[in-house]
Amino acid sequence: MDGGYQHTLTTAPVEVKQPDIDDVVVPDRPWIVIVWNDPINLMSYVTFVFQKLFGYSLEKATKLMLDVHEKGRAVVSSGPREKAELDVFRLHEHGLWATMEHES
Amino acid sequence: MIRRRVKRARRGGFDLRIPADERDILRSVGPSLREVLVDRATAIEPGEDEAVDRLFPAAYPDDEERQAEFRLLAHDQLLESHLGALAVLEETADADHLDEDQLLAWMRALNNIRLVLGVRLGVTEDRDEWPDSLDDPRAPAFAMYQYLTYLQGEIIEVLST
Repeated sequence: MDGGYQHTLTTAPVEVKQPDIDDVVVPDRPWIVIVWNDPINLMSYVTFVFQKLFGYSLEKATKLMLDVHEKGRAVVSSGPREKAELDVFRLHEHGLWATMEHES
Repeated sequence: MIRRRVKRARRGGFDLRIPADERDILRSVGPSLREVLVDRATAIEPGEDEAVDRLFPAAYPDDEERQAEFRLLAHDQLLESHLGALAVLEETADADHLDEDQLLAWMRALNNIRLVLGVRLGVTEDRDEWPDSLDDPRAPAFAMYQYLTYLQGEIIEVLST
């Protein structure tokens, strides 16, 4: 229970406005979108999807694809939660295995 | 020499030159994908069927609450998207020409079919584990998988140039 504010040095009671929990806005930490390696998706396909969905150059898309392939995963985009969810959804539409989590 | 199945057409769009027996294959793959997308997906929970999980992956694998919310929003839309791509493939399986949207739908439908087949076959990146004889009971499904991989690869190549 929130004990509120105690003014011990004043002689007259003072009404203090307690902060309403709804007024306290916790900024959303950025979210990152991760694509995981799998044995079925073609490397050419993954590269193509990265270009198509995110507008990445062939070079950048290829590098990300190789990171997925060689390291097992790669961060392909980031942003607020809604944007990350949309990116994950679009990747799922293309059969890629994508998840999202807070940037650590 | 293998003739290309898909070519960019000078007048726009893409010409398809696919032999009749391969078109039969393309017409036949729909039911098994639909069975996973609709019948299996509605009958089971996540984690019970790898093929379903592969087509409807978890966005938040470690956060049950957020994942439940995401599923509520995303599942039906994703299902519609997967079914939509499959419908295009089935409706144009005999076509000689496709526009770009249709070819992109083919690409996604073929990928989904490959995902189901690949998961069911237990495909790994290790080529030594692939069936290497016709006696292997996985051989027919694997041949189908290889063919669809080849066709999807050609589509990606054509779209990328």
